Amino acid sequence: MSRLKACFDGLKAQDRRALIPYMTAGDPHPDATVPLMRAMVAAGADIIELGVPFSDPMADGPVIQAACERALKHDVSLRRVLELVQDFRARDRETPVVLMGYLNPIEILGYEPFADAAAKAGVDGVLTVDLPPEEASELAAALVAANIDPIFLLAPTTTSARTKTICAAAKGFIYYVSLKGVTGAATLDVVAAERKLTEIRACATIPIGVGFGIKDAAVAARMAKIADAVVVGSAVVECIATNAGDFKAAEAKVVTLLREMREAMDSRGANARVA
Amino acid sequence: MSTLAKTKAQAPAFDSLPDANGHFGPYGGRFVAETLMAPLEELRLAYEKFRDDPGFKAELDADLADYVGRPSPLYLASRWSQKLGGAQIFLKREDLNHTGAHKVNNTVGQALLAKRMGKTRIIAETGAGQHGVATATVAARLGFECVVYMGTDDIQRQAPNVFRMRLLGAKVVPVNSGSRTLKDALNEAMRDWVTNVDNTFYIIGTVAGPHPYPAMVRDFQAVIGREARAQCLQQTGHLPDALIACVGGGSNAMGLFYPFINDAEVALYGVEAAGQGLATGKHAASLCAGKAGVLHGNRTYLMQDPDGQILDTHSISAGLDYPGVGPEHAWLKDSGRARYVAVTDDEALASFHDLTRTEGIIPALESSHALAYAARLAKEMSSDRRIIVNLSGRGDKDIETVARHQGIEL
Ligand SMILES: Cc1ncc(COP(=O)(O)O)c(C=O)c1O
Repeated sequence: MSRLKACFDGLKAQDRRALIPYMTAGDPHPDATVPLMRAMVAAGADIIELGVPFSDPMADGPVIQAACERALKHDVSLRRVLELVQDFRARDRETPVVLMGYLNPIEILGYEPFADAAAKAGVDGVLTVDLPPEEASELAAALVAANIDPIFLLAPTTTSARTKTICAAAKGFIYYVSLKGVTGAATLDVVAAERKLTEIRACATIPIGVGFGIKDAAVAARMAKIADAVVVGSAVVECIATNAGDFKAAEAKVVTLLREMREAMDSRGANARVA
Repeated sequence: MSTLAKTKAQAPAFDSLPDANGHFGPYGGRFVAETLMAPLEELRLAYEKFRDDPGFKAELDADLADYVGRPSPLYLASRWSQKLGGAQIFLKREDLNHTGAHKVNNTVGQALLAKRMGKTRIIAETGAGQHGVATATVAARLGFECVVYMGTDDIQRQAPNVFRMRLLGAKVVPVNSGSRTLKDALNEAMRDWVTNVDNTFYIIGTVAGPHPYPAMVRDFQAVIGREARAQCLQQTGHLPDALIACVGGGSNAMGLFYPFINDAEVALYGVEAAGQGLATGKHAASLCAGKAGVLHGNRTYLMQDPDGQILDTHSISAGLDYPGVGPEHAWLKDSGRARYVAVTDDEALASFHDLTRTEGIIPALESSHALAYAARLAKEMSSDRRIIVNLSGRGDKDIETVARHQGIEL
């Protein structure tokens, strides 16, 4: 069984929702990445979403753009990211790791060589932001052949017809982008998200995560009522950015944020489904 | 039958692309975040509906005639041709359009489409500022709110165009991320669009971006080639032997080439910016020296490092300073229908001065790249041969750059 499926099955048995923090690999420095990933797990993360730095992160807001730039100062390539995942895996065999990034660095490695290298490193899922299912069949096939889940986004603008297509193509979990905008925007519409999630549930057979714009414990708890997983990106990266010169302080900030979120998501009554 | 002949026979006709998914062979497509898939589909449907709508076509034609000033002349540069001592060089005078470049052909078309789609806000990216000015111009005329994204480095290099856009009522937003040039402005415009999809129309300024932009921008620019073809036949009784256009994203080149694409006897040359020389790495020649990849919503040739990160580019002409190129050019290159060459800053500058002095026409530095290649090619051809060069813009915007190059502060 895939690590992602095992993770979601285990949480379901406990009636808990997954907390998925995002960080950009190599931000602020490659040496800080694996310790940060371990600290996030200790603070209550169920799955880690690891950003692959790209020079042109078109779907990201200023916080994650800056994280990419900090990582690229240290030449953190996709190959280097896979090495970091391998280091993490050496001591953590359970926590699923999902790569999130853009297509071009994968394209230049080649789909099959990338899928094989990612599987060897211990990657569980790959979310390619600028690769909708219409263009994804080749990469998805290479990933599935290597036992990696291709993860797809669903957005507020996604039509019902495409919702079905995406639900059919997606593996691991479906990632619902909870707002019209880039990562880190401030305008998450909880009511609209609730409505859309009901629609997605009607055709999805795998868990649904919600992300983009989840900034604090209150919103995380609210989203945990309607989704199977809550993804927190810019809020985590912000903790790292404001302490980029001091890895230990950055780690402490991230740990505090995730503990608060974990607690709010797990607190009594938090998980009673509204939908 | 040889394998090559077989492939050729099975290859799609040059004028039949893109396919339904926006692909030109392996290039093009739609590589965007999910949020933009629905608005792109809405745009495609609207474009396909209005493209063939008699009312839309009549309004577009009237705007092109009375507002842009079309048709633009096809002018035989006889003194320059004689001086070069070879083929006759004809200039397609896009520099005489309103706002001084070919860019306005496209912004007039897309703005009319925006109006039909009920959008109230226009956004655009710009490098040199020519597309930004052309967008701000049509937005002023139609009463749209207008926001133009521009890299902070370009804002410094192109101050007069920034002021021009502001005079026209546009908001110019500085983009401080990445390399602070055109590619980053395009990223930022995409981010705006994803945030404001409901009321906003994104006018992309070249034949790049996700489907349907490459095809739509080409179709709006194809008026250049349609006119040039008819004018050449009328003036000389023959088709030209060669067409030459500079290639940044590739819109003026596609616009000139497309109506000739099935005329196998007409050679097509796209001229990229070799900057300080292809060997120095300081250039913007993605077709001549790049590798296929995915950026800004389409698969095409890109300037990139071995890890797939996009590289900074260099050209003396801001309008050619882009690390990608429209996907149809990638396809025309691979299929052999068009040839792509590169011209250095110095060669372009030499032709800039040469044309100015012999014909009394100050060309844009972008267009000077096409002129420089024409000068090379003409010398190899006899005087009964004909070359059409797309004079894509006028050089008034570039006089500061040229002066600085000569050590003169204006
Ligand atoms: C006069 C002129 N020519 C050419 C270009 C390059 O664009 P394209 O390759 O899309 O024609 C520009 C871009 O700003 C321009 O201003």
